[in-house]
Amino acid sequence: MKKVKEPETKQIKYKASAPNTVFVTLNTIFMILFVIVTLYPVLNTLAISFNDGTDALRGGIHLIPRSWTLKNYTTVFQKNNLVTGTVVSVARTVIGTLTALAANALLAFIVSRKRFLFRKQLSLFWVITMYVNGGLIPVFLLYKNLGLTNSFWVYIVPGMVSAFNMLVIRTYMEGIPESLEESAQLDGAGYMTIFTKIISPLCKPVYATVALFSAVGQWNSWFDAMLYNRMSDEYTTLQYELMKLLSSVTSQGASAESMKNAASAAGAVTPASVRAAATIVTMLPIVCLYPFLQRYFVTGMTIGGVKE
Amino acid sequence: MTEGSPWQNKDHETDSQSAMKAETVCFRNYRKIRVRYFAAVPDDKREVIMTGKTKKVSVPGQTKKITWKEIRRQKILLIWAAAFVIYGFIFCYLPLGGWVMAFQNYKPKDGLLGSQFVGLAKFQQLFSDATFLRVIRNTLAMGVLNLASTFIMAIVFAILLNEIRTTWWKKSIQTISYLPHFLSWIIVTGILHDVLSTSGIINELLVKAGILDNAINFFAHPKYFWWIVAFANVWKETGWNAIIYLSAITSIDPSLYEAAAIDGAGRWAKIRNITLPGIRPTIMILLLMNVGNVLNAGFEVQYLLGNGLVQSVSQTIDIYVLKWGISQGDYSMGTAAGIFKSVVSIILIVMANQIAKRTGEESLF
Repeated sequence: MKKVKEPETKQIKYKASAPNTVFVTLNTIFMILFVIVTLYPVLNTLAISFNDGTDALRGGIHLIPRSWTLKNYTTVFQKNNLVTGTVVSVARTVIGTLTALAANALLAFIVSRKRFLFRKQLSLFWVITMYVNGGLIPVFLLYKNLGLTNSFWVYIVPGMVSAFNMLVIRTYMEGIPESLEESAQLDGAGYMTIFTKIISPLCKPVYATVALFSAVGQWNSWFDAMLYNRMSDEYTTLQYELMKLLSSVTSQGASAESMKNAASAAGAVTPASVRAAATIVTMLPIVCLYPFLQRYFVTGMTIGGVKE
Repeated sequence: MTEGSPWQNKDHETDSQSAMKAETVCFRNYRKIRVRYFAAVPDDKREVIMTGKTKKVSVPGQTKKITWKEIRRQKILLIWAAAFVIYGFIFCYLPLGGWVMAFQNYKPKDGLLGSQFVGLAKFQQLFSDATFLRVIRNTLAMGVLNLASTFIMAIVFAILLNEIRTTWWKKSIQTISYLPHFLSWIIVTGILHDVLSTSGIINELLVKAGILDNAINFFAHPKYFWWIVAFANVWKETGWNAIIYLSAITSIDPSLYEAAAIDGAGRWAKIRNITLPGIRPTIMILLLMNVGNVLNAGFEVQYLLGNGLVQSVSQTIDIYVLKWGISQGDYSMGTAAGIFKSVVSIILIVMANQIAKRTGEESLF
């Protein structure tokens, strides 16, 4: 069914006929608009984060700050809960990604062994979880009973296995010739040796994909912090703190007056400008990393999207 | 393939090249495996490695019978599998047992076993609640709107991007298009608040263009809310969703385009007659997968963007569950609403799948 992409050697030369030129022009305009719509809001936030808070209230800041300041950023890093949030976010991203990767890889290894006796059943057991889940309240009660609420581990343990990520790895592992496993077994290697020494080194690209998926998920999630760890400030996350900042800004209303009052009390920063700075801090790690990881998530999406 | 694997035979290269392409990444790494493993591979199997047709050849040789010998051989796999089943049972299947709560007047102090059984009373209460009916409408409307808009935009974007011939321009647009997907909903909604605020860029442009006399607060009017949510979804996911379509487009046989060019087809004709039919199976599969998610389409955005003024259009089933279950402590009511959502989702998936099968399209199962 699937044709393999052939090298693009022959580029067809198009005659510059009238409809073709129209098409190219319209397409270019569309793409330029697309880029502007995508980038402008982000760049605008960046500009506001470097702009004096009170000054920003006058409006009219687009891409370049009017009066430069770093105060918004220093305010962000002076806020204790934001610092705690950063530490927790980094910790959950690192630990969560590593444990999830190990669990998904091991499970995928088991269900991709052709000789494994319960291969079909174990696969089905996990695929079902993609479609059926208990829902918010039973899950909430379960975590409460397991003692996972008000604890750091609620970020790590429940989400360790994801059927989708497991299927991505499984599909990749199934492409590895079985003879490798057989010949290793002839040499006396056990399954765990085969997993760690033979299969895993071959799976580095797909491991990178899955690690990226779960790292992004961990870094960006806020709902679990709000639902399970609302009462314990020591387990707050950066995203949740950002959410609190957002709701404080919007609930203070659109009235610029109240913001100006807040601004004069807090110096040259306003809730809006601090939020802009916190937003930039939150998005920075991912924005810096993702362009270099493109080929990994593109392969991951194409493997995972079509299968099951 | 520029780098040859150590066992690769030159004669076979052209033959097996296309088959191996799909697994290029994986094959590239075989160099790192010590050669001695290949010494142990019998000659006919070596052929198999090179043509990449392992599955077909090796499966018939194996019969899966549960014997003590086999169990002992796979002991370690079975132990780990058992661990995963226990884990999955606790975290994925045990909550399903909590569905019992929907048929009870659940009191935390009485527990699941001691609470009074009330049958379908909670469901009756649910469907006589005008709010819940409105919530269903909101969820469906926003789900369908989001699905349609993100779907169409992703396909259009993929096709148009594919028409760009300048490589650096194409690559940069693609990279930029992924950016919003990596931002959390917190950030996206925060940005939306800025952009759509009374002093934001949208109001500024509309006033300057003379469309509006005065800036309006978009978040204060229920009539805009669904469109704002749809736009937010399009903004965030267009580039990401286009990945699959782009890879489907690149797998279309280029000779088709050449033949069409000889016949004098313009770009538009090629898109309509080659590209679109070429990615049709992909479109169908993704549509099927997403139909089941229509009811899942509403939590984070609506929760973060909603406010008292637009409550009547912003509340979705998930928010309703959260409100009843966690804030008001009526676990039974919340669970009943959750069950309703799950059941409708499953019905939707099965229905979509049946329709796809009937019309001879690809189907999920």
